[in-house]
Amino acid sequence: MPITEADIEKIAQLAHLEITREQRLIFAPQMAEIVSYVEQLNEVDTSNVEPATGGLTPEGERTESSREDATAPSLGQRVALEEAPDPASGHFRVPKVL
Amino acid sequence: MPSTFDNIATVQARIVSGDVTARAVVESALEAAEGLNDTLNAFLQIDRSGALQRANEIDESIKRLVKTAAAAPALTHGALTGVPIAIKDNICVRGLQTSCGSHILGDYHPPYNATVIERVLGAGAVIIGKTNCDEFAMGSSNENSAFGPVKNPWDTSRVPGGSSGGSAAAVAAGIVPVALGSDTGGSVRQPASLCGVVGLKPTYGRNSRYGLVAFASSLDQVGVFGGNVRDVATVLGVIAGRDEHDATTADVPVPQYVAQLTTDVKGTRIGFPRALFGEGLDAEVRTSVEDVVETYRELGAEIVDVELPHASYAIAVYYIIATAEASSNLARYDGVRYGFRAEEAHELRAMYKRTRDEGFGPEVKRRIMLGTYVLSAGYYEAYYHKAQQVRARIKEDFSRAFASCDAIITPTAPTPAFLIGEKVDDPLAMYLNDIYTVTANLAGVPGISVPCGVSPAGLPVGFQLLGPYWSEPALFRLGHAYEQARHFTARSKIHA
Repeated sequence: MPITEADIEKIAQLAHLEITREQRLIFAPQMAEIVSYVEQLNEVDTSNVEPATGGLTPEGERTESSREDATAPSLGQRVALEEAPDPASGHFRVPKVL
Repeated sequence: MPSTFDNIATVQARIVSGDVTARAVVESALEAAEGLNDTLNAFLQIDRSGALQRANEIDESIKRLVKTAAAAPALTHGALTGVPIAIKDNICVRGLQTSCGSHILGDYHPPYNATVIERVLGAGAVIIGKTNCDEFAMGSSNENSAFGPVKNPWDTSRVPGGSSGGSAAAVAAGIVPVALGSDTGGSVRQPASLCGVVGLKPTYGRNSRYGLVAFASSLDQVGVFGGNVRDVATVLGVIAGRDEHDATTADVPVPQYVAQLTTDVKGTRIGFPRALFGEGLDAEVRTSVEDVVETYRELGAEIVDVELPHASYAIAVYYIIATAEASSNLARYDGVRYGFRAEEAHELRAMYKRTRDEGFGPEVKRRIMLGTYVLSAGYYEAYYHKAQQVRARIKEDFSRAFASCDAIITPTAPTPAFLIGEKVDDPLAMYLNDIYTVTANLAGVPGISVPCGVSPAGLPVGFQLLGPYWSEPALFRLGHAYEQARHFTARSKIHA
């Protein structure tokens, strides 16, 4: 399934990326080559193979990782807003949705 | 004051005994970092005032402890007391800018320390700066940084490898004895090999990823660079272990890595995957690594044939899974809560798109799009699901191989350091640099790269050892035994 410019446009929409026409002309053949390369996985017989989800080792799987549902100190509103591009009245202010 | 470091145990002992001040050691590292940065571009930020302040605090606390004791006791100070360390710029250090080699984080200063940072600071280390890296850890040459490439100290027309190129160069050039990086597909081991230093990626879940900016969450691990295996083992002992902030860390006790370090490898079975030493491997690298096998034979190890039948598919699996996870992890960079926000965008979605278009570099965009594509409706089964199944096969390959050996030896990288600009226009050619390293991330096994030679062109070559889960002690022993037998003493052209 070769990747077309139309595919790139759709993918860019999904990924909230604004891709210019110039960028599309460069990316399309590069991505087509990569996709073509990864399609060699079709050579591998994976019938009845359970997919490996995540990276946990068996010891990692066995590690208890839940905690008490109790509140604990966290960043706090002031610190959380310190790096915000446009903080306002304790909120992250953003352009409106049209 | 030596401008290079024997090993951090010596440096720490001299500081703790008052023989030398932390200030002098740190000042030396800062001068080297500043002096070499125009040439190497290894550091994005050098924190002179913070580092000296901390060094002074350490010297004060040592003086106080000595005064209050009847006789100078064995001071229990952390294993890294006064030791200068460099940190890859995708690991959060409170109060220092974290850029991840990207414009999209703008002037971001994390309000918290990564857990690995809390631990190195708790052991007395002095962070002298943040190192340059490929943008969001995506790359094998450090040419994808928004702030210019890092130069290899062995030949500044060549790449140091990536994505942790800055950390590798800083250790290779003798600026710091140890550095932290991150390894998702080889980003510690491959630059270690290209820069002639030791680089470790531990077992998945050995270290906390809390505060490591996420690229691919099932593959990422913080890794360690050092000039020798003992120093890398020392740092791992400090940062390893369960962390309640990272649910993927495993509840496995941390061994006394340095105490267990011997040179006895008699009877250790080393797996030799002959099929991986064929086509595509530079002849000089092949010879170098085959010589390592002979050295292990001389040291009494047993060499056994092993197979990793699905290794040739590892790059394909990696560039589906890693990009898919990256497309999810990088969705948070949208100009809302931190970092750069594009101006001139008067509507929310336009703001997202323009911020991400202006903030991300081409490789990051490429990978986000690839990841989005393989996860999208209609393609998920064909690509992502399939890749996860082949990943399971790769894990099985390792289990089977480790039934007959204690570690597997491979080259770390298929070639020595290549020229800056040589592979930037061919993403797939660039991806193939990871051919020996990605399997470890996919399977979750630990891997270490150790220098084993210098090519006729004067470029370092490294070999890689892969081991079963939690086998870092065995990898350290094997690496240490090799070092003691072969004494790799070559130095880079550019050094402190």
